[in-house]
Amino acid sequence: MKEKIFINARIIDPSQKMDEKGSLILDKNGKVKAIGKNVKKSDGESSAEIFDIKGNVLIPGIVDMKAFVGEPGYEYKENFRTLSQAALAGGVTSIVTMPNTKPIIDNVSMVDFIIRRGRDKAAVNLFPCASITKQTEGKLMTEFGLLSLRGIVGFSDVNKTVQNTELMARIMDYASDIGVLIMQHAEDYELSKNSCINDGEIATRLGLEGVSQIAEKIIIERDLSLLSEYPCRYHINQISSKKSLEVIKKNKSNGKKFSVGVSINNLSLNENDIGEFKTFLKLSPPLRLEEDRLSLVQGIKENLIDVIVSDHIPEDEESKRLPFSQAATGAIGIETLLPLALEMHHNESLPLNKIIETLTINPAKILQINKGTLAKGSDGDICVLDLDAPWLVKAEKLKSKSKNTAIEGRKLQGKILMTFLNGELVFNQ
Amino acid sequence: MAVRKKTSAIKNPPKHLLGIQNLSVQEAKQILKEAKEFISLNRSSSKKLDVLRGKTQINLFFEPSTRTQSSFDLAGKRLGADVMTMNMNNSALKKGETLIDTAMTLNAMHPDLIVIRHQDSGAPNLLSQKVNCAVINAGDGRREHPTQALLDALTIINRKGKIEGLKITICGDILHSRVARSNIYLMNMLGAEVNVIAPKTLMPKSIERLGAKPFTDMKKGLDGSDIVMMLRLQNERMQGSFLPSKREYYEFFGLTPEKLKYANKDALIMHPGPMNRGVEIDTKLADDINVSLVKEQVELGVAVRMACLKIYCK
Repeated sequence: MKEKIFINARIIDPSQKMDEKGSLILDKNGKVKAIGKNVKKSDGESSAEIFDIKGNVLIPGIVDMKAFVGEPGYEYKENFRTLSQAALAGGVTSIVTMPNTKPIIDNVSMVDFIIRRGRDKAAVNLFPCASITKQTEGKLMTEFGLLSLRGIVGFSDVNKTVQNTELMARIMDYASDIGVLIMQHAEDYELSKNSCINDGEIATRLGLEGVSQIAEKIIIERDLSLLSEYPCRYHINQISSKKSLEVIKKNKSNGKKFSVGVSINNLSLNENDIGEFKTFLKLSPPLRLEEDRLSLVQGIKENLIDVIVSDHIPEDEESKRLPFSQAATGAIGIETLLPLALEMHHNESLPLNKIIETLTINPAKILQINKGTLAKGSDGDICVLDLDAPWLVKAEKLKSKSKNTAIEGRKLQGKILMTFLNGELVFNQ
Repeated sequence: MAVRKKTSAIKNPPKHLLGIQNLSVQEAKQILKEAKEFISLNRSSSKKLDVLRGKTQINLFFEPSTRTQSSFDLAGKRLGADVMTMNMNNSALKKGETLIDTAMTLNAMHPDLIVIRHQDSGAPNLLSQKVNCAVINAGDGRREHPTQALLDALTIINRKGKIEGLKITICGDILHSRVARSNIYLMNMLGAEVNVIAPKTLMPKSIERLGAKPFTDMKKGLDGSDIVMMLRLQNERMQGSFLPSKREYYEFFGLTPEKLKYANKDALIMHPGPMNRGVEIDTKLADDINVSLVKEQVELGVAVRMACLKIYCK
C-alpha cells in the first residue's frame, strides 16, 4: 500500500480535542503517521497518494454500538455484505453486532462461526456481542469469561431485559469480577405487556396499548441500585424519556460509573410522526413526546448520554405490512446515522464536536476497543463528509437489504464523500 | 403500510369510512340526513329498495358480533345488494394468511363494499390501502366504531331534535372502548359537550385532547347531562386487575335510578349493547321505555348503515 496524504481537511477528532484545518498522513500499513495543522504534504513520501479534501470534514470512522445483522438465520433481512455496504456509505467503519440471530450467539462455537463468517464476508470491523443469558431467555447467564476470550466485546439480550432481580444481581456481581461489559435494554415486561407505542395521546387516538415511561425507568433504577453493590461495567442500551434521564442525572452526579446510549430515532422523531399507523416507526423503546426528545438532546449536551446508536433493525416488508400491533419492531438506520445526527448540528441544538464524540471515541472507550480515534498510530478508519450537502432519504436508494427506514422522504444535510477502512478507500461517492 | 408497492397501487381510490376522525362535519350531517329517510322505510311493510342492485357487499368479521353484523347484513339486503358475510374466526387466517392476503383474495372477486370488523386497531386502514372498493369500518380494536356513533347521533336527534348544545356523558370502560372514541369525536363535531366517567384504571391517557372532560365521580360527571351513554364492562377486565370486583364497580359506576337523578330531569339513557344488567346498569332502568333508548338505537342502526352503504358505494 502506498502512503496516503489527506490535505485541506477540517479534521475533527474529539479523542484529541482536535478541530482544525490540517493534513493527515497514513503510512504504508494504513496507520495514522501524522495528523494536524502542522503536518505538511512534504512530511509524507513523494510516492504518496494525495487526497485533496477541499475544506470538507474528516473524522474518525464511526463506531455504531448497536446494529443487527441477519446472519445467521435472517439472511433475507440483511447479510454481512449488505450491512457493510450500508455502513460504509454512512461513514460507519466499526459495528457492534447484536446476538439475537438464529441461532442466538450465546456459546463459544457460535462466536467462532460469526467471527469467521464476518471476516470472510464483511467489509467493516465487526465487534460481536453475545447474549447475557442463554437464548436471551433471562434465566441462565452465558459464559462471560470464555466468550470474552473468543472476542466478544459486550453482552446484551438486545431488546430483551433480564427481569429477574436476583439473576441480574448475580450477573453484575460476576461481571464485576471479570470485567465484562453488560449492556441492558431497560423495560419492565409487566408494565409494557402488549404495548407497542408511547402511552399518551397518540396511543389513545390510534386505540393502541401504550407503554409508560415508568417501564423503562424502573429497570434503570433497579440496575443502578444493584450497581452500587456490584460495580461492573454497565451500559444502558437506549433510553427514551425525560424521566429516565432524571434518574441517570442523579446517579451520575453521585459519581456512579456507567454509560448510556440513545437511538438516533429517539433523537430525531417523536410519537406524532407515527401518523396513521406507520409501522416503520414502531420502535423499541418507543418514540415519545417532543418534550422527551428535547430532553434527550439536552442529555447529550450534559454528558448524561454517552453514545448515539443507529439501532439498525432490518425488517422485510412482510413483517411490517400488518396491523400495527402485530407488525415487527425496528427500523434500519446505519446508513443515515451520521447525516441524521448532523441535523442537530444544523439546527444548533448540539455542537458538532459533541455529535462526533458520541459516534466515535465515546463508544470505543465504553467497549475498550482501539477505534474511534485518529491519534498517531491508530488504524486508518476515516470518514470524509460534506457537512452541508443536501439530500433526500429514499428507501430504495439505501443499501440495506431491507428498506424499513423510519425517515423516508426526510430532507437531510450532510453527505458522506469517502470512507476508508484500515487505510483503504472502501466507499467513494 | 408505509411502503406501497407500485404493482398494487389503486386507481381512483374510493372513499372509505374508516373513522369519525376522517369525516368532515358536512359528511357526517349528510349521512345522518340520508339515514333519516330510511327510518320510515324500515317501518313500512315493503322495505326493499334497489339502489344497490347488482352491487356486492362483503361483511368481513374477524371478531364475533351480533347486532353490528346483522345490522349491516340487513341494511345491504334492503338496498338490494348481494351480501356475503364471512366469519373469519376460524378461517384462512388461522392457517397463517395475513390480512393483506385476505384482502387481495377478496379484491379479486370485485366487491363494491367491504365492511370490516377486526380486533386490531388500524386494520381497516391497512385493508383500504389494498383494495379497489370502499371499506367501511364496523369496529377496529379500541380505535373507532363510526357507524355506532352515527346511529347514536341519529337516535339523539330523533328524540331531542338536535345535538348542538347538549351535554352528553359517556360512562364505563373508556380505555378499551372504540364506541367512546368515535362518539367523543362525533358529538364534538355536532356541537355537544362531552363528559367521560370511568375509574382511573379504565381512563385513557390525554382523553381531554380528544375533546372530552374526564371524571371519576358519577355525581360530578353526570351533573347537567342530557344523554347518559353507558358502556359495557367486559369480564376479562377483572382478570387483568383493572378493577377489584363487579360489585364494587356497580356501587360506584353502575347506573341506578338514584344516580340518574344527578343528570338533567329529562335525561335519556343509551347503551351500545350487549348489556350486563346489574354490572353497569340497573335492570329496570335499562328496560324503562321512558328513559332508555336502547331499542331505538338498534332500530336506527339499520337506517344509518343503509345510508353509509349507499353513500360509500360508488
